[in-house]
Amino acid sequence: MAEQTLREWLLTDTPTSRRHAKVSAFYQGWLSFRANTMAMIGLGILLALVLIAAAAPFLAPHDPFAQDLGNRLAPLGAEGHIFGTDSLGRDILSRLIYGARITLYIVALVALIAPVVGLLMGTVSGYVGGWVDIVLMRITDIFLAFPRLVLALAFVAALGAGIENAVIAISLTAWPPYARIARAETLTIRSSDYISAIQLQGAGGLRIITKHIWPLCISSLIVRVTLDMAGIILAAAGLGFLGLGAQPPSPEWGAMISEGRRFILDHWWVATMPGLAIFTVSLAFNLLGDGLRDVLDPKAGE
Amino acid sequence: MALIEDNGKGRARASLPPWIQTAFLTIGSIAMTMLGLLFVTFIIGRVMPIDPVLAIVGERASQSTYDAVFLELGLDKPLIVQFAYYIWDVLHLDFGTSLLNARPVAEDIARVFPATLELATLGIFFGIVFGVPLGVVAAARKGSWIDQLARVLALVGYSMPIFWLGLMGLLIFYGILGWVGGPGRVGIFYVDVVPSVTGLILVDAALDGNWDVFKDAFSHIILPASLLGYYSLAYISRMTRSFMLEQLSAEYITTARVKGMSEWDVIWKHAFRNIRVQLITVIALSYATLLEGSVLTEIIFSWPGIGSYITTALLSADMNAVLGGTVVVGLIFILLNIFSDLLYKVFDPRAK
Repeated sequence: MAEQTLREWLLTDTPTSRRHAKVSAFYQGWLSFRANTMAMIGLGILLALVLIAAAAPFLAPHDPFAQDLGNRLAPLGAEGHIFGTDSLGRDILSRLIYGARITLYIVALVALIAPVVGLLMGTVSGYVGGWVDIVLMRITDIFLAFPRLVLALAFVAALGAGIENAVIAISLTAWPPYARIARAETLTIRSSDYISAIQLQGAGGLRIITKHIWPLCISSLIVRVTLDMAGIILAAAGLGFLGLGAQPPSPEWGAMISEGRRFILDHWWVATMPGLAIFTVSLAFNLLGDGLRDVLDPKAGE
Repeated sequence: MALIEDNGKGRARASLPPWIQTAFLTIGSIAMTMLGLLFVTFIIGRVMPIDPVLAIVGERASQSTYDAVFLELGLDKPLIVQFAYYIWDVLHLDFGTSLLNARPVAEDIARVFPATLELATLGIFFGIVFGVPLGVVAAARKGSWIDQLARVLALVGYSMPIFWLGLMGLLIFYGILGWVGGPGRVGIFYVDVVPSVTGLILVDAALDGNWDVFKDAFSHIILPASLLGYYSLAYISRMTRSFMLEQLSAEYITTARVKGMSEWDVIWKHAFRNIRVQLITVIALSYATLLEGSVLTEIIFSWPGIGSYITTALLSADMNAVLGGTVVVGLIFILLNIFSDLLYKVFDPRAK
């Protein structure tokens, strides 16, 4: 098929099948997303991050854990160590590259846990209504009113330091906004005619929620999750910095900053480089989130 | 949420005047949220650790010590009774004693809290003074370089780890340029020079008339406070901008312009006047996040506030201190949240 006709097929206003309509809608969304340069930059950075994490063993010039005490705190641009070495002589660039894996791991886990919990709470609350709604939303409000970082600290204190516990702590404090969004969406969907039609056909609550309400909540959740990712990365890095997230010798970026902090005045690059990495990735998520919001949820923009 | 409350209470108290209903609802909502907070900290402190006694006495304690602590904590009673005791204690401002220095946690918190308060207050001050005008101008000149600048400032603020920015600030302004004081509240020569009246060192120094201490303390607080201020600026300026844009597109603004009112008056006397309530709620929220956000900043700047207190306690497994600190920060956070909510309801007729 020639490219021109494929394009026409994608942009048709008379789709011939369900799948055709879906692909076509996706393509049009992609076209308007592609026009947003900043969002494309964000997407590019994140794709690069995924590639770097996947190809870490090939990209990293050194073993991220290999110590070389004779060559400790080597400055930027030192031979064989573009970003220098840390206090144990480990190559900072290699550690950053392997650290990308940890960052992605945290992001993926939180992105799997928090929105799903929120979606469950919100849709059940909105669909069932009545006492269930009141109780669930009360719980959501209570969690929403908590200071997130301090609560995450307390959770980690009880669970013990470690990357999985940090993820749990962050997720536990991150789900309430998703529940709110999902509930609001459910309330508007619940009263629509097509839901009544399915109900008349005899569909049960479970089927309606999972097959007919969830798909419609997804897009606003994705936007919110992407925008929240920056905050989640910062929170995870903060926990790592406090020594409550990933444990040494893990090359987690926040923990690397904490390590470099001791030498900040004399050997500034040790703490600076991981900070730049965190900044770049969370900036990318913010840019991508803004772009996605414009495409998927135009009303929410300014 | 508001819908449910109206339905539920509207029936029960139909005869009461609306402001009393609002008062009841607000008090009820505060009580519920605080109960929730205490429940969560209770779970964290008593249920989640495998053995809370062991966490206190350590592994080498004798069986009799263990039993004594077990009974003292009331662990032989049902959980619900334990929870009731816990609430009772917190209501009496009894957070237990610190396992680290054997002092009451409440006393420790009262001692460190002014440092955090001083830092966060100065921070929010910077945030307001720079953030509000920036947001207003960005809205008035939408698309101009100031608008772009405000956008970039906010974006960077949302993406930058605060502890890293603090380190960079220390490196540049203290390490290289030497413009500001280093970590800590005052230089080593000025420690305990002025009597502590309010606990806010700038105020204490001013009351004492000791301007050397004031200057030194100011040189120490300026960097962490501007840093916190920057983060609240990012949020405040964004919100101000979107509130202003909403107003500026309203018809009464067009009318005012058509009547020949100067642009200055249109912006400040008409549009800005109408966003004041929204703005105050945003500032209250932002203040609450600053109090919390100062945790990481305090570590970087060795600032002896509640954030440092909680983290030090964390690292030495001093659960009473951690939970006491969490409860205090949580309570303030909740109160500011509800305060901003209330303000909105009381002063904005549209919210009714």
